[in-house]
Amino acid sequence: MQRQVALIKQSLFDQGYLDEQFMALEELQDDANPNFVEEVSALYFKDSARLINNIDQALERGSFDFNRLDSYMHQFKGSSTSIGANKVKAECTMFRDYCRAGNAEGCLRTFQQLKKEHSTLRKKLEHYFQLARQAGPKETARRPK
Amino acid sequence: MVNPGHGRGPDSGSNSDPFPTGLRVLVVDDDPTCLMILEKMLRTCLYKVTKCNRAEIALSLLRKNKNGFDIVISDVHMPDMDGFKLLEHVGLEMDLPVIMMSADDSKSVVLKGVTHGAVDYLIKPVRIEALKNIWQHVVRKKRNEWNVSEHSGSIEDTCGDRQQQQQQRDDADNNSSSVNEGNCRSSRKRKQEEVDEQGDDKEDTSSLKKPRVVWSVELHQQFVAAVNQLGVDKAVPKKILEMMNVPGLTRENVASHLQKYRIYLRRLGGVSQHQGNLNHSFMTGQDPSFGPLSSLNGFDLQALAVAGQLPAQSLAQLQAAGHGRSSLTKSGMSVSPLVDQRSIFNFENSKIRFGDGHGQTMNNGNKQMNLLHGVPMGMEPKQFAGNHMHMQQQITGLRTGQNVQSSGMPRGGPPMLPSLGQQPMLSSSVSRRSDLTDGVAVRNCIPETSSGRMLPANHSVFNNFPSELPRNSFPLASAPGISIPVSVSYQEEVNSSDAKGNSLSAAAVTAGFGDPSYDIFNDFPQHQQHNNINNRLNDWDLRNIGLVFDSQQDAGAASAAFSTSEAYSSSSRKRRETEVTVLAEHGQNQQLPSRSLNHLNQVYMDGGSVRVKSERVAETVTCPPTTTLFHDQYNQEDLMSALLKQEGFPSVDNEFDFDGYSIDNIPV
Repeated sequence: MQRQVALIKQSLFDQGYLDEQFMALEELQDDANPNFVEEVSALYFKDSARLINNIDQALERGSFDFNRLDSYMHQFKGSSTSIGANKVKAECTMFRDYCRAGNAEGCLRTFQQLKKEHSTLRKKLEHYFQLARQAGPKETARRPK
Repeated sequence: MVNPGHGRGPDSGSNSDPFPTGLRVLVVDDDPTCLMILEKMLRTCLYKVTKCNRAEIALSLLRKNKNGFDIVISDVHMPDMDGFKLLEHVGLEMDLPVIMMSADDSKSVVLKGVTHGAVDYLIKPVRIEALKNIWQHVVRKKRNEWNVSEHSGSIEDTCGDRQQQQQQRDDADNNSSSVNEGNCRSSRKRKQEEVDEQGDDKEDTSSLKKPRVVWSVELHQQFVAAVNQLGVDKAVPKKILEMMNVPGLTRENVASHLQKYRIYLRRLGGVSQHQGNLNHSFMTGQDPSFGPLSSLNGFDLQALAVAGQLPAQSLAQLQAAGHGRSSLTKSGMSVSPLVDQRSIFNFENSKIRFGDGHGQTMNNGNKQMNLLHGVPMGMEPKQFAGNHMHMQQQITGLRTGQNVQSSGMPRGGPPMLPSLGQQPMLSSSVSRRSDLTDGVAVRNCIPETSSGRMLPANHSVFNNFPSELPRNSFPLASAPGISIPVSVSYQEEVNSSDAKGNSLSAAAVTAGFGDPSYDIFNDFPQHQQHNNINNRLNDWDLRNIGLVFDSQQDAGAASAAFSTSEAYSSSSRKRRETEVTVLAEHGQNQQLPSRSLNHLNQVYMDGGSVRVKSERVAETVTCPPTTTLFHDQYNQEDLMSALLKQEGFPSVDNEFDFDGYSIDNIPV
């Protein structure tokens, strides 16, 4: 079971979904916050869902306020990067590049990709956390070390 | 002065100290995920964390409890209030260290953060390693504050210096610290521990690498304009900063500059009417200290510096003149005592020089002292009672003459203009000399002349002794040509002035002079220290060429040096105190030698720097001069050196004044 958890996590890293920031978060996990990473992740997905919604609306309006989009995406990138969501972050960066270039089509395309990465990560992480919980809190706490 | 010493504690001991633990951190980020992670990270660092997702709320938190936080970490991009805005407010209102963070790592944004006064800029994702270290900003900030508050004087000076010579900054720092060390050592000999501390402090300040704002003339003028517009009393750093609207300038910079400026204004007394001038001199006051010293800076800087120094004097003089004799009487009295001391010192110096041609070559203070011992002895018996006085009087006479001249100018015409006109002249002359490396000579001459400054009563006496003056100046100067001619002209002028019987005005001038000159002293002494003790200083090397002075002083120089350094390090307020005390000392010395001891001691309690001197003086006064052994001479030397140092500076100015004056007068 524990091995399975470790393997899943390793695959997440190997596939580039996560980066070392995620490891750093796991290192922060201690007795006071045994489920810290999971809580943070939950918060991230909740908040990023809001952001995605905002961006969706902004894009649906048809008129591209690139500054606004860039601002949204900056925040998205900030939180994604803080949680170590590597692939999402990459999409965010690309999106912002398109914003600066004034490339609406690129923005739209990237945003779709971003949403896809975002939901993929969400599923994978949920799966991971579920397994980790089953494996026991100690396991998750100890493994990063 | 003591605090900085303590200030070092946290720094060095922080590793073992629990210090960073419990650091009160306010985190501001609109991104809940980041906020949560940051909070966790900061808690892992054992900091006390307050989180906040809106800048406005953060600001109100900070305002509610200004001392509730040690440091602020803020995101840059936030919807309600930009992180930079928050940074600005925090900087202006709380003066807390602020760390900016953002996922945006573009150089321009980072630069913006730094120029807005952020102590650090973290790029997201923030790593705990970066947060483990943030307490350093708190320590740094506090140390800066200490230094600013405790050493406002010294910092001003040193900073001004550094600003002046950015390139030489590091060298200067090193030199100054080493010089201080030297001073400390010498002082240790004398068991003057306070001096030690101060020397250490000095090192501290010099080792500080806080961002420095160069208060260029333009910047200062902007500053002054803002202050004037707001009113000197109502001007607060924040508003000034806003009015100045200079990128990169922080409230802290403005605040410290404002502090200095106010001190400056205070020093000049009620001179607020002359603000235009004041501004000038104020600026110069800062800059000059280094300017003249560094020959590297060349003409302009020197000129500026000189001008700056001179203006202070001239202002004072003007003031005195303007205010009339009533004001003069007060100030005059106090000042005159000063003169006395100086004269004594000068006298002794002259003695030394006279007595020993050999003494000059001697590098060792002790040796010199011995020599002085032997040689002067013959001279002393007479001198102490009689010569002492004569010397002083003569000196005073010269001084007064100078003063009179300067003062005379203002009287004849609009008071302000003459001085202004003179400044340029003076500066030019000064620069010339420095170039020639006659600085030493000038200095030597100066002390004497400076000592001559005050004593109104002495005027009559001084008339009798004019012939002696040249002597003193010459031997002391031992420098080629320039100094001599100056002195001569001096005399003549003095005589003429005496004939006029302008003693009162002279006294007044001197009195007015007192404060500004003191400042100048402070500035100069340092440099001198450097020179004497440390020939390393490039700036000074040139001047050092005049060996006589240096060699002799070397022994004494140390003592003088630290006295000066003390004055330096002590806050401006203390400086003032010391000034006063010095005056008191002098006065007492003149009138009641025996008393002077008590008085001096008491007075000196306030300013550490003065104390030593005063005691020494007292000793000399009380003891039969010649009989005293090494001891006495020591004291004397100290006194001398101290006096020289202190007065040496002003005297330079005076000399210049003279030149300027003579030049002005002659052509006209």
